[in-house]
Amino acid sequence: MTPPETPPPETPPPDVAADVAAEPGAERWRSAVFDAVVEGNTVTVTFLAFVAAIVVGGLLIAFTDPNVLPKFGHFFSTPGAAIAAAWSSASGAYTAMFRGAIIDIHTVSAAFHGGSITAVFEPISETLVNATPLILTGLAVMLPFRCGLFNIGGTGQFIGGAVVAGWIGFALQLPPVVHVIAAIAGGLVGGAVCGWLVGFLRARTGANEVIVTIMFNYVAQFLLLYLLGTHAFRRPKRIDPISRVVHGTARMPHLLGSTLRVNFGFILAIGAAFAVSWLIKRSTVGFEFRTIGANPDAARAAGMNVERGYIVVMLVAGALAGLAGAAVVLGTDYSLTPGIYGSYGFDAITVALLGRGTSLGVVLASLLFGALHAGGVQMQAATQTPIDIVIVIQALIVLFIAAPPLVRTIFRLRGQRSGPEKRAALKVVGA
Amino acid sequence: MTTTLAPSLPPAASPRTRRRRRVDKKTLGGLVIGVLGLVDIVGFGLEARSGDARLGLTLAGASVHLSPLKLPPGPTAIVAGVITLVLAALWLRAELGKLARRAVIVGSGMLFMLSFLCWASSGKTMSLVGLLQSSVDRSIPIVLGALAGCLCERAGVVNIAIEGQLLFGAFAGAMVASASHSLYLGLVAAALAGALLGLILALFAIRYAVNQIVVGVVLNVLATGLTGYLYDRVLVKYQNTLNSPAVFSRISIPLLSKIPIVGPVLFDSSIFLYLTYVILVAVQIGLFRTRWGLRVRAVGEHPVAAETVGIRVLGIRYANVMLGGLVAGIGGAYLTIGSVGPFGKNVSSGKGFIALAAVIFGRWTPIGAMFGALLFGFADAVQNILSVLGTSIPSDFLLMIPYVATIVVVAGMVGRVRPPKADGQPYVKS
Repeated sequence: MTPPETPPPETPPPDVAADVAAEPGAERWRSAVFDAVVEGNTVTVTFLAFVAAIVVGGLLIAFTDPNVLPKFGHFFSTPGAAIAAAWSSASGAYTAMFRGAIIDIHTVSAAFHGGSITAVFEPISETLVNATPLILTGLAVMLPFRCGLFNIGGTGQFIGGAVVAGWIGFALQLPPVVHVIAAIAGGLVGGAVCGWLVGFLRARTGANEVIVTIMFNYVAQFLLLYLLGTHAFRRPKRIDPISRVVHGTARMPHLLGSTLRVNFGFILAIGAAFAVSWLIKRSTVGFEFRTIGANPDAARAAGMNVERGYIVVMLVAGALAGLAGAAVVLGTDYSLTPGIYGSYGFDAITVALLGRGTSLGVVLASLLFGALHAGGVQMQAATQTPIDIVIVIQALIVLFIAAPPLVRTIFRLRGQRSGPEKRAALKVVGA
Repeated sequence: MTTTLAPSLPPAASPRTRRRRRVDKKTLGGLVIGVLGLVDIVGFGLEARSGDARLGLTLAGASVHLSPLKLPPGPTAIVAGVITLVLAALWLRAELGKLARRAVIVGSGMLFMLSFLCWASSGKTMSLVGLLQSSVDRSIPIVLGALAGCLCERAGVVNIAIEGQLLFGAFAGAMVASASHSLYLGLVAAALAGALLGLILALFAIRYAVNQIVVGVVLNVLATGLTGYLYDRVLVKYQNTLNSPAVFSRISIPLLSKIPIVGPVLFDSSIFLYLTYVILVAVQIGLFRTRWGLRVRAVGEHPVAAETVGIRVLGIRYANVMLGGLVAGIGGAYLTIGSVGPFGKNVSSGKGFIALAAVIFGRWTPIGAMFGALLFGFADAVQNILSVLGTSIPSDFLLMIPYVATIVVVAGMVGRVRPPKADGQPYVKS
């Protein structure tokens, strides 16, 4: 990168460029062409990014394996043994991951010989359970992306939803169906309030939502800790911070029998994905979101209320993240713990990036990451490979995808003209 | 035509709304200060237990011994509260200058802390010097992280990856220092590890024009995953050779460290504190008093104009992002070879994000960021001491204060914060 000292004289000032791009007709036409070009490559790039991440992850697994490293000490005398050991280390880990995430052949053959049939579906169930909060928090990041906002506050909004849903679940006594609906609604409201606050601050004071959401994450974590210490939340006869247990009436029904953890929360997440998709594509509000995201000044000039857009989009995003909290508390955990928010808030960002700003993309990305997590647990148990490798693979996938030119360089694909290329790189954020 | 796609800054409000907002902020600020005063009186003053609070002013083994400061918690808090209320009235009534406004904010905050500390330690002894010393020590990685943030953002690149750079630095520092038995080698390795992450950030943000916040977040995830994985897989297994580094010992500066109160706090620490002084002064003077700094700021404010006068925009951005990584890497090293020694999973525990807040707190100036970092370090130290004192107050709320304060600052309730104009926008030559 050695830029020349003098810029080309015809460099247009950014304002002019913005005006040209903001012209609706021209923009739409150009956008359609670019999308066609870019979409044609999206699948390829995504797939190759996944392959590249898996390869790098595999190398990392092999070359940190305590059983492999000594063999490389004798690499020059017995290179075959060293390479074979490295290969078996990486392939063993990935095989275990596959068994934990998709299907385990042993359980299938056991099922044919009179074993349990549900065991066959356990990996899939775990994948779906892991994917559920990711879908919802991923949507909570993706939707504000489309409106030009960056919601890093998934953690805080998740906590907001989980706390309210959990409290309704264990503190109130309600009839079966009503109870679970009330708890879910509580989760929606709890998250929405947290999201609204961020949107409100952004709209009214111009406070950068990235910083505000990061700070709210901490505030929410401390609030959760405080609540877990109060009489209203703490489980009797326990000194560690853990809440009371959610009543059976407020729990999400299981989908595939009581032994498998997959529950109604997954249906909710898919429903939410459809709703968000409709919201973005078909509703007036969604059109406003997209317009504001593309160019807030143009949106304002067109008579849209940009501030209200920010508030509404954060409200909806907060509700989605809150729903994720409800899904975890009512679906799998059944009680609040100080670490209930896990890493969903940050995983959601990678999910939203991988999903490229569409609901379908978010669902698919969440399923992939859910599978990686479910498989990672199995991998750690079977091969003692630390589950953190899953996080590395996730980050690598997104890094490779974020820069399509990089993937093209690695795989020596034919390059595109610089215009669409840069556009594709930026398109990842859905802005 | 990337301009439309880059995240845009909040549009400038029209003069009318701006004026209205400022009035609102003034009232709000006054109310916040007034509430602080009322909490002083009602929360700490009237609720005080009997028994003086003894605030220790010397550490054990100091050459000059001062007797501990004895304060009755109740009256102290009430007096502090009354003064704060007067300050609030001043804030609301009088037209205060910039300096006076800051003095009021700092004053009311300090009075609040004083009455709180008296309340918490009534009938007990609390070492004030120890508290301050621990605050300064705890703020070292935050200050360095914040300086990294200043270096990057002044050049127009948002660095969310400070957290990851701290982690990388901590990891590399511990591992190299342990393997080579040389602490200084560990320090260098930590700095290079931070710079490496800075280079990756620069490559993605500048070369591929990927949204900088996106890259930063992903790099944090990568750093967490990678260090966590290598820790579980390698460091735990070879604990004795790879993860048992020595720790930099304290260096007392002759004469200066003998000054009561100030000496042990500022001049009796490990090499990291002195490094922090040097880097802080260098960055502050460099950014605002040198030709280099002028160029950096030009690149951060208006890259097109900078390029027009012949400044290498991308070159400066690359250099600054890597320099920032270097500084953050040193901050990361403090977390292992500067304080506890061995690396632990997620040892940075969010300090990088706090540093980010400190940058904004300090309005993108190194000195300001340092004060922000000190505030967070102080809060951290208070939390630590509270658990020792065993107060009845839910400490979770106190722990929230720095974060809430950051939100208040970012929301512009104590003056307007303005980031560098081209902050976060990729510069693509057309």
